[in-house]
Amino acid sequence: MENTRPMRLLGSYISGFVLSILLTLAAYFAVTQHSYTGTMLVTVIIALAIAQVLVQLFFFLHLGKETRPRWKLAVLLTMLIVLGILVFGSLWIMQNLNYHMSPDQMNSYMIQQNSAGF
Amino acid sequence: MNAEAVATTRNDKAIFGFWVYIMTDCILFATLFATYAVLRNNVAHGPAGHDIFNMPYVLTETLLLLTSSFTCGLMILASRMGKLKQVLLWLGVTFALGLAFVTMEITEFTHLVGDGHGWDTSAFLSSFFTLVGTHGLHISVGLLWILVMGAFLLRKGLNQHTTRRLEMFSIFWHFLDVVWVFIFTIVFLMGVA
Amino acid sequence: MFGRLSLDAIPKSPVTLGGVATMILALLAIIGLITYLKKWPWLWKNWLTSLDPKKIGVMYLIVAGIMLLRGLGDALLIRSEQALNVQGVPLSSDTFQQIFSAHGTMMIFFVAMGVIFGAMNLLVPLMIGARDVAFPFLNAASFWLFAAGMVLVNVSLGIGEFQAAGWLAYPPLSELQFSPGVGVDYWIWTLQIAGVGSLLGGINFLVTIIKMRAAGMTLMKMPLFVWSCLGSLSLIVFAFPILTATLAMLSLDRLLGMHFFTSDLGGNPMMYINLIWAWGHPEVYILILPAFGIFSVVVASFTSKALFGYTSMVWAIWGITLLSFLVWLHHFFTMGAGADVNAFFGIMTMVIAVPTGVKVFNWLFTMFRGRVRFTTPMMWFLGFVVTFTLGGAAGVLMSIPAIDFQVHNSLFLVAHFHTMIIGGVIFGAFAGYTYWFPKFTGFRLNEFLGKCAFWCWLVGFLGAFVPLYILGLMGATRRLDHYDPSLGWQWLFIVAGLGVMTILLGVGFQILQLGYSIWQHKKHPQPAESDPWDGRTLEWSISSPPKEYNYAVAPVVDTRDAFWAMKQSGLKPSKTYVGIEVPKNSPLGMFIAAGAFLVGFGVVWHMWWLAIVGIVAVIIFMLVRFMDDDTERIITAAEIEKMETVR
Repeated sequence: MENTRPMRLLGSYISGFVLSILLTLAAYFAVTQHSYTGTMLVTVIIALAIAQVLVQLFFFLHLGKETRPRWKLAVLLTMLIVLGILVFGSLWIMQNLNYHMSPDQMNSYMIQQNSAGF
Repeated sequence: MNAEAVATTRNDKAIFGFWVYIMTDCILFATLFATYAVLRNNVAHGPAGHDIFNMPYVLTETLLLLTSSFTCGLMILASRMGKLKQVLLWLGVTFALGLAFVTMEITEFTHLVGDGHGWDTSAFLSSFFTLVGTHGLHISVGLLWILVMGAFLLRKGLNQHTTRRLEMFSIFWHFLDVVWVFIFTIVFLMGVA
Repeated sequence: MFGRLSLDAIPKSPVTLGGVATMILALLAIIGLITYLKKWPWLWKNWLTSLDPKKIGVMYLIVAGIMLLRGLGDALLIRSEQALNVQGVPLSSDTFQQIFSAHGTMMIFFVAMGVIFGAMNLLVPLMIGARDVAFPFLNAASFWLFAAGMVLVNVSLGIGEFQAAGWLAYPPLSELQFSPGVGVDYWIWTLQIAGVGSLLGGINFLVTIIKMRAAGMTLMKMPLFVWSCLGSLSLIVFAFPILTATLAMLSLDRLLGMHFFTSDLGGNPMMYINLIWAWGHPEVYILILPAFGIFSVVVASFTSKALFGYTSMVWAIWGITLLSFLVWLHHFFTMGAGADVNAFFGIMTMVIAVPTGVKVFNWLFTMFRGRVRFTTPMMWFLGFVVTFTLGGAAGVLMSIPAIDFQVHNSLFLVAHFHTMIIGGVIFGAFAGYTYWFPKFTGFRLNEFLGKCAFWCWLVGFLGAFVPLYILGLMGATRRLDHYDPSLGWQWLFIVAGLGVMTILLGVGFQILQLGYSIWQHKKHPQPAESDPWDGRTLEWSISSPPKEYNYAVAPVVDTRDAFWAMKQSGLKPSKTYVGIEVPKNSPLGMFIAAGAFLVGFGVVWHMWWLAIVGIVAVIIFMLVRFMDDDTERIITAAEIEKMETVR
């Protein structure tokens, strides 16, 4: 359990709340005002999302204030590794499958094989 | 071990155990996110995200949920200070905000289905409804939990059991807002970007 | 009111009806016996409502044992069909498809998972010097959910049908368009219910190991069985949610007409295959790691030596745990990925063989210059070394995508994974069963019959599966009920059939061994030994069977092999006792699981009112439990003193 006195706790929640609102609005207006486009936009809003998650983990879920041994942190980090492997692994695999099985790719391959006598 | 030490150990185990459960729930959501990411462009003959998302509406939902996460924090503060009336007050506010969120979400879903953009239209819509709907279902379970906690608190007040359960609830509620940050970003913002 | 349930649901094939009749008769016989012996109150109080993990562990093993018999029955049917090679004898093609689907599902989810949760319940608290698990009620509920899944899958034999799409039910075959019946739905809900049980059990034991170790037992002083379980539990906790989500999406496709994995309107069946194996690969490591842990304890015990290379064993466990999340594509090398993806996962698969090899060498090095006693558990270990190495080599062969293209979905693959699970998990389970039997009963199993059982299993296993390796290399595809006789493969299938019969003979010896050992014990009762094998770990320091509270005085530990150290330095058990809190019994875990069963059965048959009743029941029973503040009782110091002196 964490060691937090009431005023510190209140400050934690207020800071977390204000920061989260700012990060939410920043991402929202970045998109609706077309401040960025394409990859830049995606990078910006993902970065803002990650920042907000870190804010909420620290200020709302008190993750930084856990007493040692930091088991909650250890389990969280392990989960994030698995999550990363699952999500990015799946995206890589599925995109790879689509590319290698897509009709255009296959058509040109078959045409090429036909002309080579297969 | 004396009674207080036993209670602290029990609370510590229970809260850590609940935290581990929340980690498993993150993987559940990760699976739904991965599926959404893979299927998001498979719109068949139906609409894509930018055709159906109402951004001011979604922003309102987001701010409601975020505020409820904050009021949940105030509830925990009151609990740690042993102030039952304040706990009940902030639980009530959190409930109202959460209920508003779910009501807005159900309204949005009903409109979509009414317009013929139901979950059986395309893979994109299936993953949209399932990802957002699973989050909404978790919120609904949280609302039920608040009602049960309220009843317990009125009967038994703040004792070691009820405060432990309030801590567990707050972890659940904060985590649901974290998931929503990702839904807001990946589903809605990237849907219209 | 009855949804799509009607009298048509009763099967018509004679083989199926025979199976159903056997099950019903067996059930009636057991109920009759309990009634005749007037044992219902005893059963209710001492077993069904118990929150004691030692009781729950035994119940897991009983369920696993029953399902092993069912799974072996299915195996016998499969072997007969292929050995006789006469179309439709004894099974029609459709039934054959259901039989191998049921065989795989039951063996993995109910036999293997049952064995490892049984082992964890029995051994983890004892080995860490604890009195219970972190959440005793949750533990009971987890077992009963597992049992509810078992009941649902067995009900599918007599009411309706099981699925015929393989143990992982790939879409689009498992979608509504091609499997409109109840089979796939039975499969989904059986797994969802049992899967929740597994997940909750995983969380429970993870917290137990992290938070409830005896004073002084740092992580690096834990027995290796506990380390192995920690690896397995980490996998359970992070892999099972993937299964839950994926099965939920398949059921949404079937129930609400969604399009996750359908072949139209944007669905992508390959996403199912990707996700199900993202769970499925960690699952097989979930199964094997505890078996490795059992061998670590058994080998050290019967060589009277500390295990060689404890630290490298721990690293190997973590290596295996992490890598098991990085290999899953090797289950579908042939399904359209490019060379870059295949190469990555092929290399990762080869790499994961390394920590496994480290473990095997460490066990063998432990034996070197040890005082080896060739007891039955050691025989199971040696049988494991031979078979697991064979199967592991086959696995490394298949990790090369180019070779896998030749043998994917052939009998070579089937032989490989059976070698891993039988040679690894099952042989490990039998070693553990024989080794720890005296701890939980107070008497040993007959050695001679144990060795007979072992040789039948080893010879039978090799007889059943070496032909399959050969057939696979010659091109035999899996899951076929008929192979053209002109291929000249018949004799190999006949040898395989004889192999399964030999395995069944081995099972017969095991049943005989149990009965004979119990009979001998009743005829010539000996005082129960607390330490019959001169063991090294804490559980051997207390009575056999252990008392409800395990340790009268909480152990304090300062080395590995804590009990061995206590014996070397001279045992001085403290005799100052204090009252111990233990959980009271509760039937609510069983009731919650019954509610879950109603949900499953209701959804399968589209009896929505029944599913809602089930959900409401689950919620109500949970609330009843939460409202109960009086869930523990105290065993007083005086009672403990009395129990400890009557050893």
